[in-house]
Formats: sequence, C-alpha cells, structure tokens
Amino acid sequence: MEMLSGAEMVVRALQDEGVEYIFGYPGGSVLHIYDALFQQDSVSHILVRHEQAATHAADGYARATGKPGVVMVTSGPGATNAITGLATAFMDSIPMVVLSGQVRSDWIGDDAFQETDMIGVSRPVVKHSFMVRDAKDIPEIMKKAFYIATTGRPGPVLVDIPKDQTAPNVKNPYEYPKKVKMRSYAPVSRGHSGQIRKALDELMKAKRPVIYAGGGVVQGEGSELLTQLAHRLNFPVTNTLMGLGGFPGTDRQNVGMLGMHGTYEANMTMHSSDVILAVGARLDDRVTNNVKKFCPGAKIIHIDIDPATISKNIMAHIPIVGPVQQVLEEMLAALDEHGGEPDRKALERWWEEIDGWRKVHGMRYETNEDGPMKPQQVVQALYKATKGDAYVTSDVGQHQMFAAQYYQYDKPRRWINSGGLGTMGFGLPAAMGVQFAFPEATVACVTGEGSIQMNIQELSTCLQYGLPVKVININNQALGMVRQWQDMQYGGRHSQSYMESLPDFVKLAESYGHVGMKITKIEDLDGAMEEAFALKDRLVFMDIYVDPTEHVYPMQIADGSMRDMWLSKTERT
Amino acid sequence: MRRIISILMENEPGALSRVIGLFSQRGYNIETLSVAPTEDSTLSRLTLTTFGNDLKIEQITKHLNKLIEVVKLVDLTEGPHIERELMLIKVKATGAQRAEVKRSVDIFRGQIVDVTSTVYTIQLTGASDKLDAFIGAIGETQVLEVVRSGVSGIARGEKVLSL
Ligand SMILES: Cc1ncc(C[n+]2csc(CCOP(=O)(O)OP(=O)(O)O)c2C)c(N)n1
Ligand SMILES: [Mg+2]
Repeated sequence: MEMLSGAEMVVRALQDEGVEYIFGYPGGSVLHIYDALFQQDSVSHILVRHEQAATHAADGYARATGKPGVVMVTSGPGATNAITGLATAFMDSIPMVVLSGQVRSDWIGDDAFQETDMIGVSRPVVKHSFMVRDAKDIPEIMKKAFYIATTGRPGPVLVDIPKDQTAPNVKNPYEYPKKVKMRSYAPVSRGHSGQIRKALDELMKAKRPVIYAGGGVVQGEGSELLTQLAHRLNFPVTNTLMGLGGFPGTDRQNVGMLGMHGTYEANMTMHSSDVILAVGARLDDRVTNNVKKFCPGAKIIHIDIDPATISKNIMAHIPIVGPVQQVLEEMLAALDEHGGEPDRKALERWWEEIDGWRKVHGMRYETNEDGPMKPQQVVQALYKATKGDAYVTSDVGQHQMFAAQYYQYDKPRRWINSGGLGTMGFGLPAAMGVQFAFPEATVACVTGEGSIQMNIQELSTCLQYGLPVKVININNQALGMVRQWQDMQYGGRHSQSYMESLPDFVKLAESYGHVGMKITKIEDLDGAMEEAFALKDRLVFMDIYVDPTEHVYPMQIADGSMRDMWLSKTERT
Repeated sequence: MRRIISILMENEPGALSRVIGLFSQRGYNIETLSVAPTEDSTLSRLTLTTFGNDLKIEQITKHLNKLIEVVKLVDLTEGPHIERELMLIKVKATGAQRAEVKRSVDIFRGQIVDVTSTVYTIQLTGASDKLDAFIGAIGETQVLEVVRSGVSGIARGEKVLSL
C-alpha cells in the first residue's frame, strides 16, 4: 500500500473526492498541508483575502453546483473567522467541508499560540465535526466528512487537524475507503407510501390547495418533479426566499414569494387555503408570522428530509419524512395509481379568486419624476440586461428583498442568498464561488453599500483569478432595512442606520484593478447595464444611487396572520 | 411531565458535549444526567431526565437522533420501567439523633457506610422520589452534604435498548 504523510493524505482524499477547488488561507498549523497542495495540480487552491470569504465562496460554489464546498483555514483566528460562514451554511443546509488546522496534539489545552477549541466553538453551527487524533484515521475521517456533509439534510462538517498529524516525515498506509459504514447515521432514502397515499387523498379533496416550496426543493434536486406535479394538479405554487427558482418564476401557476415580504397573492393564497403541501420548507417565522394565526383553515402535508423540521413550528397533519426528490417521484407514481382527480370545478373558482388578488397589489411601487431612481428599477433593469438568465447572489437588506421580488428565477440554483442566517458580506464571495463553478456564466452580485463593505477586500481575489463578477451596488446611502424598521416602529429615529463617509466606489474598484461605474439617473441605467455586461472578462462595480427613503412592500404586520400586510407606506390590509 | 430519556451512543470524545450542547442550544433543561460505557466498550449509555409536554419531548428526541454519535434512544417513561438513583448523604448524628437517623435509614433500606462520633454517611438507592422522601424524613437541618448519581433506568420485561 502507498505510504503517505498526513498532509499528503488530506490532499489525496480531496483528489479522491473529485474536489476541484479549495478556498482557503494559510497559516502555521496548516503549512504541511499547503506544502502537499503545492506539489500537485488537480485540486486548485483559491487564496481569498479573509477566511469568512473562503467559507462563503465555498458555500456559493455548493449552492450553484450541488457539490460540496471545501475550505481550509489555519488554527486560532483563521478558524474563528470561518465561524460565520459555517453558521450561514448550517442554517441553509449547504454541504461543505471545512478543514481547520490545530496546534500540535501535545499542546492542546495549554493555551498555545493560535490555539482555539474549534470543535467546541463550532459545535452549534456544524452538522458534525471530527478531530484527527491519529494520522492513520485521515482517509476514513475525510470520507465520512464528505459523506455526512452531502447526505441526508446536508450541512457543513468540520475536520480539525493538529499540526503533528500532518508531519511530512511520518508516513502511513493510504487507502481511500469506497464506502462508509456508520451504525449511528442512516439518512432516510424514501418516503412512507401510506403517508403519501393519505396525502394524495387530501390533495384530491382540496378546494383551495397551495404548494409551498422551500429551499429543500432546490437543494434536493426536486424542481423538475415539483413542476410536473404542480402542472398535473393545476395548483398554485408559492416559493420561499430559499426556494426561488425551484418552480419557474414566470410560470402562470406561480403566485410569487410568500412570507414577510411575499406577494399579496401568495400570502392571501396561503391564508385562505384548505390544504397546504409544504415541500422542503421549514415553516419558519419569516413565513408564518404569528403561528397562532397561521392559515386557520388549512390541513398541512409536510415533506421534509429532516424529521425535526416537521411539526417544529406548525403541527403537520400528514408528515412525510424523506428526500424531496424521492418522495415527489413516489407521489407522482402514486398519483397514476390513485386514479383520483383534483376537484377541477373548485380549482377554477380558486384560480378566479387568486387572479383577483393578483390585481390588488401587483408589486407596484411609485417612481419619482425627477428625483432619485428606485431600487426596484435597478433590479428590473438587471433582469432585462441579463435576459433573466444570470446567477444572482445577494447580500442582506432591502436590496436582497428587491432582488428576490423583481428578478424572476426560472431555474433552480440561480438565486443564491443567505436566507437563514441573513449574513451581510455573503454576496461577493458567494459570487466568486459561483463564477469558479461556471466561468462562462453571467454572475451578478446584488448588494448594498453597507453589505459590500463587509467583504470588499475580495475585490482583490477577483482580480487575482480574473473573475468577471458584476457587482450591482444598490446604494441608498443607508442601512436601508434597518432604517425601514426604524421608520415603521421607532418613530423614524434613525439610530446608527446612516452610511456617511462612503468611499468613492468607482475609484475603489479601479484601485483594485476593476472597472467602476457610477449611475445616478434612471435614463443612464439600461445603457450602463448593457455596457457593464458586455465587458465579459472584467469585473464591473456598478455604484447605483437610489432613493434612500424607499421601503420594501408588501410587508407582513408583526404578530398578525399571513394576510396582514402593509402594501405601501400608507395602505394596509 | 418528567421524562427519562435513555441514549445509546458512540463512546467517543466529544459525543457527550454534543448531547449537552443540544440541550442548552435549544433551550431545554437537563434535570439529571448519568453516563458510563456499556458492556460493549465502544458504546456509552446515557440517561437523562428532563421535563416537557409530548410535543417538546418529541422535538428533543428528534434532535437527539440527528446527532451523528447517537445510535439509539428511548423515552423510558413511555412504558413500564425501573428507575434507580444512588445517593450518598452525610448527616449530623449526635446524642438522641443517632438512633433516630438509624431508624430512618432502616425504614428506607439504606446503609450507614461510614461513621464518626458526630456524623453518619448513608448510602441509599431507589427512585428519585424515594431519595427526596428520605431527605424530608430526617429533616433538612441534619444534612451536611448530598451527592446523587442522577437517574439510571431500564425498561421492564423483554424490551432492551441495544444494537
Ligand atoms: C453581519 C450582519 N450584521 C448586521 C445585520 C443586520 N442588518 C440586516 S439588513 C442591514 C442593513 C444592510 O444595509 P445595506 O447592505 O446597505 O442594504 P440595504 O438594506 O440598504 O439595501 C443590517 C445592518 C446583518 N443582517 N448581518
Ligand atoms: Mg444600503
């Protein structure tokens, strides 16, 4: 058998897993591994400028491809810098493997230089973690790490590697395991057929049904089957923030996003429904509003891979535990056998009602005659310039909601945002990960002047690797989402939500070697967009000044039901 | 309602901290906890008691089951079971109290395992409420120190928690 050092084993395991990219940053405790990386060229290491960005880049790569993102950081500060990225991936169930260096085994616990109990610090935000106690175990640990990260409900897995376990002079036999055997971990592989039949019975009886599809549909590769099912049944579909693209955004049956900033029709459809088919969704607080007032007349069928998600916030009448793709496949097959038909008459009436709701708000917003442009206009211009076919990553704030509401995602994995943790600083590094995965694709990062400054240093990484990301900085000169809440709930007292002393983003982009554009007038917007996207091999930073007073609507009224919404600054339901 | 959750898990470093961490992270309380390896040294048996309604306990057990190192678990309170806890208790025992305390120990079927001229150290096993009752019976003023092992439990009859 081949004899390898621990460091060589780590790298070989990455090769055996077919890893293309590892995003990382070197330091003392991982130097042996970096040396082993240097001596091969099948795994490309991407040097970021901050470890948080390495995790988001790997995360973006994973969201866009479905393959696990891989990260390497050094011990101590390198490892703790990766925590926000781990938590972000954990909340959104993103497969990721993070390798962190650790001080030598015999120094652990002595407060050695750059020692942090990374297993302890990361515990609540990882799916699982391993500490390498013997270099011989590295192949098995790596295999398990990738297996756990990518199966069941996916999530980030941490492997903490003390420096001595990677020493170049200690060689051990290397064989990468073909299979994983774990008596304590067996993800469910299919749904319960009895439950599926019960669900179909309910769906056939439903007079006011709705399909509520979440991120699990995207992550679980269920989009095609869900679309088939929805078309066969002619039910309305609403997507969560994480689920956008899981059902085509421009499909007639799509009533738009639901929840806090969902469309009027989506929230009304949910609230008035009699049967909800929740697929790969969490029924979390950004969707349900007050759980006691949640969809009073609805029976809930809940499909999810994670039993702990079912009936956590809202009691499910028919729980179905299983991988979304598999369950949907079984459901479609069972539908053939079932022989029943959805209630076409009732559905006709239901659609009439829904179409009525569509006319009530219609995602309208007021535009200014001469004043500053509106952020919504920027997203619509982006949609036009990219023909609706870009990968769009976003940061967190109003711009994120506008990008979710005004760009229609027709394909899964095109809309990439931190929905669960809401991590400002996610957008740019995530866009890098997407661009690495698809070098030819159009990748736009919709951001705000607040968020972009949380990982702006990555403009340097983009230059190093020639990543032609288009940064759409919706500049409202404010922490807009915070300001909106202050307008609505704190008497307009804008405590610390201003953004003074903004940099000149054009010069900043230029100093990083990129193209910068400043756009202040609506008549320049389309032209500038076209110009920017025509620069196929350049990163373009578009600094677009918009109305600082704009709010995101609709907005659910706190503590109300799903149908209680503000529709503009002055109208409410 | 009080529940006894019994967990079979990998006897590995870090496994216990994940179980404990889960409780604090999700806002559940652990009332008692006891853990030791089983006859198979690769497995540990952990017993904990907690309070909660059916919904909450279901949620706790689902989350526990998700932990990679948890192999199997059971809520013992769902069926007939045997519950034991060990208590070592040091009490003041002088003059007339000596006979008094001795009598209580006998009634509760405990044992005096160490004696000085002023102190008895008593060992007592039983369900937790029996141990509570003993402390009540001798009067709290007498008590110098109490050590309890936390609850251990096992199902009655043929039912076993094993691989
Ligand atoms: C790391 C982090 N810190 C704080 C917040 C809270 N927060 C949510 S939105 C927001 C404002 C974001 O401002 P900006 O990026 O300019 O976007 P805008 O809302 O103005 O479009 C803040 C501070 C967060 N989500 N993430
Ligand atoms: Mg802003």
